[in-house]
Amino acid sequence: MEINTATKEKYYLSKRADGFFLNITDTSRFVLNYFVQLLRPPYEFSEIVRQCYKIGCNSLPLISLTGFIIGVVFTKQSRPSLSDFGAASWLPSLIGIAVFRALAPLVTALICAGKVGSSIGAELGAMKVTEQIEAMDVSASKPYKYLVFTRVTACVFMVPLLMLFTSFVAMMGSFINISSNEHISLATFIANAFDKINFLDFKASLIKSVVFGFTIGMVACYKGFNTTRGTEGVGKAANAAVVTSMYLIFIEELMIVQIIGWFR
Amino acid sequence: METEKEIVIDIKGLYKSFGNNHVLKGVDLQVARGENVVVLGRSGTGKSVLIKIICGLLTQDEGSVIVLGEDVKNLSYKKLEELRLKVGFSFQLSALYDSMTVKENIAFPLKRNFKHLSKKEVNDRVDAVLNSVSLLKTKDQYPAELSGGQKKRIGIARTLVLRPEIMLYDEPTAGLDPISSIEINSLIHNIKEEFSVSSIIITHDLVCAKTTGDRLVMMFDGVVQKEGTFEEVFDSDDERIKSFYEYNFT
Repeated sequence: MEINTATKEKYYLSKRADGFFLNITDTSRFVLNYFVQLLRPPYEFSEIVRQCYKIGCNSLPLISLTGFIIGVVFTKQSRPSLSDFGAASWLPSLIGIAVFRALAPLVTALICAGKVGSSIGAELGAMKVTEQIEAMDVSASKPYKYLVFTRVTACVFMVPLLMLFTSFVAMMGSFINISSNEHISLATFIANAFDKINFLDFKASLIKSVVFGFTIGMVACYKGFNTTRGTEGVGKAANAAVVTSMYLIFIEELMIVQIIGWFR
Repeated sequence: METEKEIVIDIKGLYKSFGNNHVLKGVDLQVARGENVVVLGRSGTGKSVLIKIICGLLTQDEGSVIVLGEDVKNLSYKKLEELRLKVGFSFQLSALYDSMTVKENIAFPLKRNFKHLSKKEVNDRVDAVLNSVSLLKTKDQYPAELSGGQKKRIGIARTLVLRPEIMLYDEPTAGLDPISSIEINSLIHNIKEEFSVSSIIITHDLVCAKTTGDRLVMMFDGVVQKEGTFEEVFDSDDERIKSFYEYNFT
């Protein structure tokens, strides 16, 4: 039998350039598929709720501790500088602005990238290398809709909620620190803290968190879905999910802050 | 005169490469309805690639694959999903979903593809298929609690629950002890009889080939070297075929 040589590798540009553009196409298709699925009911509500529980409730202890410590430490570190200018009474406003505008969305997203992103990356990566995703595919069980859509949607819902919770706990930490040094009631603290925060700040933080949640879920699922080379690949997928989403979160933070600045 | 059997899988001139690694180099294969075809060959000869192309998990570079009258390569995703419901695939490592119990594993494809089925109907079908693989008692266990042979049988049950017309088995006895291998071989044989399915069985276990296959196809270097009954294939002077036989039986 004659062996066909027509199947020799052919490249449009070069091996690397073709690989790069193929990678971009593949990633874009993966992301766009989410929006396609969004328009195609039915949805896996029970799986979305299960993922929300996993992402939200399981992250609460770490989020609470981090938020509380941010509140206490930031207040403690800022007091001497403000006291030098006789502006210690501005502490609640300063903490409010810092927490709501910047710290809560960013810190929550980074914690979720580490905790949730690595967990999703490893889980889907393990499913990929043990052919569980292929098994769903060959039984026409729509693995993208069941595994990716549900996880990304849960991240989009839960990261903003966790951000609000982080803000609340950070403000409580700050109040405890302030009230232990100065006599201030909770009502006065809240009034001062929210004095300089407007609805735009609140909206901007929510939008940021939605974008961060989408990024964390999508990157983790993509890395998990494209895991290769066995158990070593699973570890790499989990790691890449965290590192890539952190990079993207920082870039998105800069871009969103810039855009919000135009509306202020 | 023997009546001509319906061809359910028709493969012609199949080529598949991964980079510079030419795995399939012009494979021709036909499977008739109700026939068990065993594909034998050493590791790396493209046996698993062949069945992954049949169910559309991989796409060929050249050649045609017609399954139940449909050209797999040119099917839309929706049509491919419809075809996949008729083609069961049993994975080498079973590929059971770790986070689900045996019952949930089997009910999963059923619930996702037949949403009109009531809970009772789903449970009945799960129980029936678990009964046919003699593992009804494991229904509430997780895959991690099962033995290798049990996992294989549950994997097969999960594909059978969709009532496929074709079964593709990827190394069904790999990594199993002799007793479990015999159980799997007899299960494959029973499935053919009970569910009237056509099958392609990928293996390098000659006991499995002899027990389960109506016809054997021997592949070497990405091409079909010889096909026929067990005796016809191994009645050969080809050194590679002889050494394959000797390795298994001597």
